[in-house]
Amino acid sequence: MAIEVRIPTILRTHTGGNKTVEGSGDTLAALIDDLDAQHSGLKNRLVTEEGKLHRFVNVYVNDEDVRFTGALDTQVKDGDSVTILPAVAGGC
Amino acid sequence: MLRIDRATYDAIVAHAREDHPDEACGVVAGPEGTERPERFVPMLNAARSPTFYEFDSGDLLRLYREMDDRDEWPVVVYHSHTATEAYPSRTDIGYASGPAADPRTHYVLVSTRHHEKQTGLVGDEVEFRSFRIVDGQVSEEDVEVVESYLFGHTPTTVVYD
Repeated sequence: MAIEVRIPTILRTHTGGNKTVEGSGDTLAALIDDLDAQHSGLKNRLVTEEGKLHRFVNVYVNDEDVRFTGALDTQVKDGDSVTILPAVAGGC
Repeated sequence: MLRIDRATYDAIVAHAREDHPDEACGVVAGPEGTERPERFVPMLNAARSPTFYEFDSGDLLRLYREMDDRDEWPVVVYHSHTATEAYPSRTDIGYASGPAADPRTHYVLVSTRHHEKQTGLVGDEVEFRSFRIVDGQVSEEDVEVVESYLFGHTPTTVVYD
């Protein structure tokens, strides 16, 4: 078993067009490293140079927004489902 | 160019008017890979603000899951400005240029700055404009309002027996 990750349309250029990919790791950070090893360039799109999750990206682990569960330190395990989405917001 | 049907256009304008003076927001979903905005989905502005809008993160997840199940994507993301022109702000551009935001999205901006209470008078018009936003660059596009997508006919030419 692995962790299923749903990829937003624009990032599917990194996954050969696949909507979902699989990875492993104990934390979200480790999972992203594993995904990046398989799909080069993915990490750069999600994590800033300062090592934080990009603020314009929403990541969910089993429906929970990771902003509220420890961001990149959020624990993940086999069988979890991770969803990556663009944040939608703005202002005048 | 954005091609949008009259009913959807009117629904976006009505939503913007209804939520004035707060910003209104939502999407128009369409079959993934197409340019057809077919399914109007008004969203709650979680910020409930006259100067900011955001989709609640739980709502966002549910919206995308629903679109995914229907093989849709957000052809249009719309929001209103209530005191300024219908042009993307720096904040709008920042989010639209985010690493997971799809540059194929049409960003529709509606301004209700000149709209009075819904009088139906000429001065009641709202501004409705559409933009592409790619890597921080904004380009406006034409908006063509069509009566209906239905078989390319206007509703009046559809004959029911």
